[in-house]
Amino acid sequence: MIKGFLTHFGRYILMLKQMFRRPESGRVYYKEFFHQCNEIGIGSLWIVIIISLFLGAVTTVQTAYQLVSPLVGLELIATIIRDSTFLELSPTVTCIVLAGVIGSKISSELGNMRVSEQIDALEIMGINTHTFLILPKILASIFVIPCLIVLSMFLSVLGGYLAGTWSGILNPTQFEMGLLLDFVPFNLFFGLIKAFVFAFIITSVSAYFGYYVKGGALEIGRSSTKAVVVSCIIILLADYGLAALLL
Amino acid sequence: MIEVKNLSKAFSGKVVLDNVSCNLYKGKMNLIIGTSGSGKSVFMKCMIGLIQPEKGQIFFDGKDLLEMNKDDKKELRKNIGMLFQGSALFDSMTVEDNIKFPLDMFTNHTLKEKKNIVNGVLDRVNIDGANKKFPSEISGGMQKRVALARAIVLKPKFLFVDEPNSGLDPKTSLVIDKLIMELTREYEITTVVNTHDMNTVLESGDNILYLDYGKKGWEGTKEEIIFNDNARLNDFIFASDFLRAAKEKRMKELS
Repeated sequence: MIKGFLTHFGRYILMLKQMFRRPESGRVYYKEFFHQCNEIGIGSLWIVIIISLFLGAVTTVQTAYQLVSPLVGLELIATIIRDSTFLELSPTVTCIVLAGVIGSKISSELGNMRVSEQIDALEIMGINTHTFLILPKILASIFVIPCLIVLSMFLSVLGGYLAGTWSGILNPTQFEMGLLLDFVPFNLFFGLIKAFVFAFIITSVSAYFGYYVKGGALEIGRSSTKAVVVSCIIILLADYGLAALLL
Repeated sequence: MIEVKNLSKAFSGKVVLDNVSCNLYKGKMNLIIGTSGSGKSVFMKCMIGLIQPEKGQIFFDGKDLLEMNKDDKKELRKNIGMLFQGSALFDSMTVEDNIKFPLDMFTNHTLKEKKNIVNGVLDRVNIDGANKKFPSEISGGMQKRVALARAIVLKPKFLFVDEPNSGLDPKTSLVIDKLIMELTREYEITTVVNTHDMNTVLESGDNILYLDYGKKGWEGTKEEIIFNDNARLNDFIFASDFLRAAKEKRMKELS
């Protein structure tokens, strides 16, 4: 098991190392980068919108349910939503969902290219396949996923506001007061650091499992599942690591 | 010309190629034949640098592939075209973009020039009106021709073809064989074809190498193969009664 882990880890590091080579044609890579931004960003936009709105709404209702003491002001609900959204819910939960959406897509796309010899065809042309196939995906996700997380933070708070005010849990003034109460800008920055790290993990781990797939359709499916599972585990480990280091 | 000297390769101790040497000539159809598991694919993958052999030398116009540095290898690869068994077309790109891809990567042509080149090679492989179609929207035979067009778009010196007839009907197979043969003569390419299609062997084998479980079993031309006295090669080539009868008839004609 340890040998297997070290083999995978070593190959993953080598893959990352080989990725940073001079591209054959800047124009093609530039085009590919924007194509990937579109695939990753626009492709996951709806799921991020839906998840974020509901995360905020559910957090509001459940926080209100637990805050039964008359000594605690209702505006604290908004403060809890804000901090839990910025620190944990938006970056971590959204990235775990994105690991499923983007990770499985990247892994199966590269796996299919490997099995159908498209990667061999690129190599024979003299193209560095690590740089061409993986680097634009990683750069695009590092650029787009933090943007999605910022959107998610906003929508999550909006979801909380709508659920709180429409259900009469708290009024708009209380919500606004709570949002501004003891605001620590670093929390927002911390959420963004997480987004960058998780974006890298999702794309590189999924690309690794897809790129090195061997076999046929069955193995492509298995590698997609592995990519999502391993990405999620590493995201959770990194989540704890970052919290322990930076908070 | 490609010269292969004493090439050996083993996987987990199992010898797949054992001291294979041969010459593959410019402007000729060089065929590698053998039963399944005889090492044909490994031999070809070693030649194109996808697999590192344990021992041996592979000279491309006098330069040893295994001694080349990364830049030399990159330069050589621009002179290599390959037609894969499953065509290996990029399924996210149209036919036109597939063929244009090597031009985008390695040339500074304008878009108009690239389009002209693409239309020229598509015309050469007899494909008309499929520019905007995706690989999944065209037939297997057309996919092979598009892959061939992509392989020759940079006018390579060396063309490697892996099982060109797999999955094709006999008539389309002949069309593909003829096309590869014509392009080989026209552009003076050193073409290496991996095949077990007997039509290809008997129609276009200028230089044939028979691999017998990793060893060089026989080498000769399509004329010589009719008269060969290698029992295992005869069993492989003339496997059916029909082919054996055809061989005897052909021998009578030639003698």
